[in-house]
Parts: sequence; C-alpha cells; structure tokens
Amino acid sequence: MAEEKRDDLITVNIDGQDLQVPPGTNMVDAVAMLGKEVPHYCYHPKLSVAGNCRMCLVELGMPGKDRATGEPMLNEDGTPKIMWMPGPAIACGTKAAPGMHIKTDSPKAIESRESVTEFLLVNHPLDCPICDQAGECKLQEFSASHGRGYSRFIEEKNVKPKRTRLGPRVTLDDERCILCSRCVRFCQEVADDDVLGFTDRGSYSTLTCFPGKELANNYSLNTVDICPVGALTSTDFRFKMRVWFLKETNSIDFESSVGCNTEVSSREGKLYRVTPRRNDEVNDTWMPDSGRELYKIVEAEDRLHAASIDGQKASATDALNAASELLKTGGVAVVGSGSSTVEEQFALKKIADRIGTKDVYLVARYGEDDGLLISKDRNPNVRGALATGLISALPAEQLGDLALKINAGEVKTVFAVREDLAAAGLTEEQLAKVQIVALGTHANSTTEKAKVVIAGLTQFEKSGTVINQQFRIQKFHKAIPGPAGAIDDLAALAAIEANLSDSEESVPSVIGTAWKRIAAEVPMLSELSFQSIPDTGTLLDGSAFDSLEFVEGKSLHFEPKLEGANAQ
Amino acid sequence: MPIVVKRKPLNLLEKLYLPEIARGLAVTFRRMFEKKVTLEYPEQRPPIPEGYRGVPTLVRDPEGREKCVSCQLCEFVCPPKAIRITPGEIPEDDEHANVEKAPKEFDIDMLRCIYCGMCQEVCPEEAIWLQNQYSMSGYTRAEMVNDKAKLYELGGTLPDEHFKWKKKKEASRSAGDHH
Repeated sequence: MAEEKRDDLITVNIDGQDLQVPPGTNMVDAVAMLGKEVPHYCYHPKLSVAGNCRMCLVELGMPGKDRATGEPMLNEDGTPKIMWMPGPAIACGTKAAPGMHIKTDSPKAIESRESVTEFLLVNHPLDCPICDQAGECKLQEFSASHGRGYSRFIEEKNVKPKRTRLGPRVTLDDERCILCSRCVRFCQEVADDDVLGFTDRGSYSTLTCFPGKELANNYSLNTVDICPVGALTSTDFRFKMRVWFLKETNSIDFESSVGCNTEVSSREGKLYRVTPRRNDEVNDTWMPDSGRELYKIVEAEDRLHAASIDGQKASATDALNAASELLKTGGVAVVGSGSSTVEEQFALKKIADRIGTKDVYLVARYGEDDGLLISKDRNPNVRGALATGLISALPAEQLGDLALKINAGEVKTVFAVREDLAAAGLTEEQLAKVQIVALGTHANSTTEKAKVVIAGLTQFEKSGTVINQQFRIQKFHKAIPGPAGAIDDLAALAAIEANLSDSEESVPSVIGTAWKRIAAEVPMLSELSFQSIPDTGTLLDGSAFDSLEFVEGKSLHFEPKLEGANAQ
Repeated sequence: MPIVVKRKPLNLLEKLYLPEIARGLAVTFRRMFEKKVTLEYPEQRPPIPEGYRGVPTLVRDPEGREKCVSCQLCEFVCPPKAIRITPGEIPEDDEHANVEKAPKEFDIDMLRCIYCGMCQEVCPEEAIWLQNQYSMSGYTRAEMVNDKAKLYELGGTLPDEHFKWKKKKEASRSAGDHH
C-alpha cells in the first residue's frame, strides 16, 4: 500500500518517526510498515476489528486545537502541541488520522502490555510441552518478549473442557483459549457458517459450537491457522510433529483453478501439513480444508513407484525409450492434462508437433463452485494448456471424439499424461483396441492396461508453474523428493521429445532453461522466466481467450468475464 | 624448545645390580599388603557419584505414569541427533488421558550419543535422565539403538516433586470437569 503513488496520503507519527499512510490505515498495519510490531492477538488484517485482547495498547495523541478559536495549539518552537490521551488506546481500533502521534514503546505502553500478558496467562495452562501450537504460538512469543517473566498467580487455575471435538477436522482445548474471537469472526464473515460462540461470562467464558451444530464447513481449518494460541488444533496434524522441525515450501493448491497459495511443511522427505500462504489477490490468508488433505496422495497405496513395460517393472530409461518407439508408430492421440504444469504442457505440445498429430485432448473436471476458494473447474491449469497452445478450445469431460476415432481405427496409440482414460469415458473394448503409453502418479485402469507406464511426480515433488482462473501464473516448488523409480514429468516428456526429434534441438528438461524456450515461443509468456515470477504470481493478459466460455463462477477475488459483460 | 633429559651415570651401588633388585622387590612386597587401588572389572564395579552422566534413560513417576509427553525438545537439542521420537496420543479411556500425549516410539542411538546431558537439561517434564549405567555394548548397530521399552527398563522410577498432571486431574475432577 505504501509503495503506491497516491496523493491523499496523510502523515502520522510513530515513535517520533513520520510516516505517510493512506487515510483509514489501521495503526497496527501502519506500525508494521515501519518494520516494528505492535503485539496483537485478536486483530487480523482480513477480519473485522474486535479489540478485545487489549494487547496492542499504545499511547495516542492528536495535535491540540484551541477550544475557543479553533486555532492549532503550538509549542514554543512552533511545532504542533500534541495532546496525549490520559489512558492507552488500542492500536487495532485506531485508524490513521492527520497528525496522529502514537508511542509503541513508551513506559506506559510497555507496562500496559505486561499487565495484559499477565492477565492472559492467569488461566492459561502450562502445557506447552504437549501443545501443538508451541513454536508458532503468539502467546508464547509475546509472553517472552512482552511479559514480566515471572508469575504472581498463586490461586487455582480455571478448569475448562479439553480435547473437545468441534467438528470433523478441528479439536478444541478451551483452557488454552484467550477469547480473541478470531475464529468466531472468521465463521461469520468469511466462511458464512455461523456456528461458533462464547458461553458464560468473565473468566468462565468458553468457546463452543451452538447446540446441535458443528464446525464442519470446508473452511474450518482456517480457524486453526488464525488461532493465536493452541486452542483450536487440526485433528489431522494433532501430535504429528513439532512445528520447529518442519521446513516450509511455497506451493499451490491443485484442487481447482482458483490456485490458492499454500505452504507445504515437510521434515526429512515426509509431508506433514499444508497451510495457506497470504496472497491478497487470490486467497487472502485462507484455503479450503479439502486442499489440505492433498498431501496424502504422496504416500497413497496406489502410488506408482516405478516405471513398467507390459506390466513388468522396468527402468525409467527403458520405459522412456519404449514409449518413444510406440509414439513413432503413427496414429497417435495425445491426452494431456489440466493438472500438468505449464512447462509440461509446453513439452507435450512439442511432442504432439513432432509426431504430427492433431488429436490432442484434455479432460475437463467440473464440480460445484462454492463461491469462495473452490471453482467449478477442478483442473488447476487448463489455462496453461491454452496459453502453450496444447489445446485451442475448452476441454470436455468425456473423450467422445477420441472414442469415435478409436472405433474407426484411426487412433492406434494413446499417450495419456496424468489422466485416467476409463474415467474420461473410454470403454474397456476401446482401451483394449489401442496401445497405451501412460505417464502418471497413481495406478488406475489406464495404467493397468498400458503397454508402457512412466511413474511421474506429484505437485509436492516437483517445481513448476500453473495459470489460475484470473490468468495469474503462479509457481510452486519441490518440497520433498519423489519415489526412487519415479521421474520428473518434465524430464520424462523432454526425454521422449528428444528421442522423437531428428535434430539436436529439443525441449530442456530443467525448468530454468525450459523457460527460455517457453518465453521465446509462447507469446503470452514472453519476457517471463521461472525466477522472475514473484511468489504471489504475475497477472497475464488473457484477452486472447475472451471468446471462450470459461465455466468458473464468482469467487473470492474473481469475477467471471462473460457474466460481467452480459450484466453490462 | 626440546627438553634434554640428562641421564645420570650409575653410581657404584647401582652398578652392583643386586641391591637394586632387592630394593625393587621391597616395593612390590610392600604394595601386596596395602589396600588395592584397582577393581576386578567387570565383576566389581566402581561406585557412581551423584550427578553422573551415564546412559540416557526414560523414567516413570512413583505412580507408574510414563513422564515423557513426547514434546521432542530433546530430539531438537540433541547435538549428535541421536534421539528419534514418534509422538502419539493417549486414548481417552486411559488412566492418564488428561496428559493427552505420550511417545509412540522413542529411540536413542547409543552409537551417536555423546553423553552430554542436554536432553536431561532441556526436558520440561523431567522424564529423561542420564543415570549411572555407563557401559553399553552390542554385536550389531541395531542392538545399540535403545527403543522405548529398553529405555524404561534402564530408567526405572524416580521420585517426583510436583505430580503436575495428577494435580491437574484432581482439579478438573473437583470442578466436575467444568470451571
């Protein structure tokens, strides 16, 4: 916000430093712009201000005005006289006003914080050793940095319900709750599923679900993320691993074309959880619960661990050579995937060009959109296939054309990339009539019938880019290594392409260099490179595809173009 | 600078040889009747002083509750990364269900352990102790990894000053599990 050139900026003074901010900026955010931190629990930039934790108390003053004349009061040296308020004020409930002065580290502010921390800790159990939040707990951090460091409390602590099931995915420990009401506000304001509330008064206040309801909506785990303490914990992640062991990798949620930005936590090659990563243009700080479970596909039982030829385990090199030979035979159809990365789709397009086939298909996956962060198009990267020229029209859910061509005997070999042909409408007889080369991550009826199977990598085991419904290209990174017998999809496709080509030139098998080719050949992606795409993605010009009727409806930061045009 | 050791020339008595033999044997015989300073190890074992840092072990409290709650701080602090813990949940029908968390697996690789005692120092539950056991041996690498059962067998029971979890359970019982 501060970087934008605006002419209506106002000046506030924080700890003696002048700062230009847009009017109405929350003072917690304004202090953050200076690189300082006002400790806070209940304030969340994407939720309404509740102002109930009192942790962000600061000293506040405004330039004085003479009551009789309305003239500004001045000090002897001509500077405006600041009238400091007698008591501290909460920074989160204060919006920037011209000339406002705040002190975040004056003795009064520091003492206020220490006192608030002491009150918050009065009834807080000392169970950090068994608390999943330990290590990323705001109360733990601020108790160390803004607390007294010793306890004066000798009375009995309150007893509240522990290990309570709030919903299918959320477990609540009421003793740890500091009543910040972030979760309550999230359910009301973002998830639109008002199920949480407080019962009883004072120190007996208890977070609970309304009678007969449970926290079961598909966004319930966001309450766990925003809980500043360990009161709300994920039932799936509960007691699995301490957070200080986890390594975070930036990733993208592959469940729909929204492309939520995520962080994948892993330790020593094992995934433990997926959490949202803030991107104000796509998913704010939220993500759906369904996307958090996707990490389980890595260790799924039907995972392909090695390549095979005719059902016999083979080395990846042999499988790639066998696949190349099959693709040379002619009458080849290519079934690409909307869950491949842009780089893989580019390489697949090159393969289709090399074998000279026009039969390139994509399988669409449609579901219900929830208007928030799951769109109707359940493929994360259909627009990547359009941008790279792999397809020119929107895909269908069933491969009807391909089925007809197989029946007519025009297609003798099918190269299926990350798609199950049977699920896409091909019958057993049709699958038996053709030779199948399958590149995939999990066993399905296509890989069972395939002549050559190449084991690929999931989105957690490779890097790449995907283009979401806004035509925003976003990159994700490799979090863990894949199974020993699997091969990076891009490397596999590049190797096949190299086998098919007569010349020296072929698609590079490494993302960085592949992008040099992509930028040179794909007009929409020119001037881009994998390194230059920021972590929050770059918006592309998708106007070339305005004529296509994309299926996505409205979601958090997305307005469908066609509907908008019709409305006007 | 090298130190030059001067060798004295032998005097007459020493040159005679036999008197010196007698003198040496006198020392030998005198020692035979003095108190022994060596031990018949391993049949005899030396007394272990208090605070000795022997093999790390897991202990139970006097009521038989396993004290470790698998917070994994020892795993984090361990300099040679000898400790490996798989945390687990205590089922709700368990006697100690209010502790909620206990290790499912707890392995200490004694080929890696350097007996530094950081695990004992960091433990917030006083569950891991370096006790007086000092000699670990085995024929394979796998034998040198102490698993949870072995660690509790080595550790036994130690007195508890706090009974923190027991007090918590009693507090919640007296309050009727609410407020």
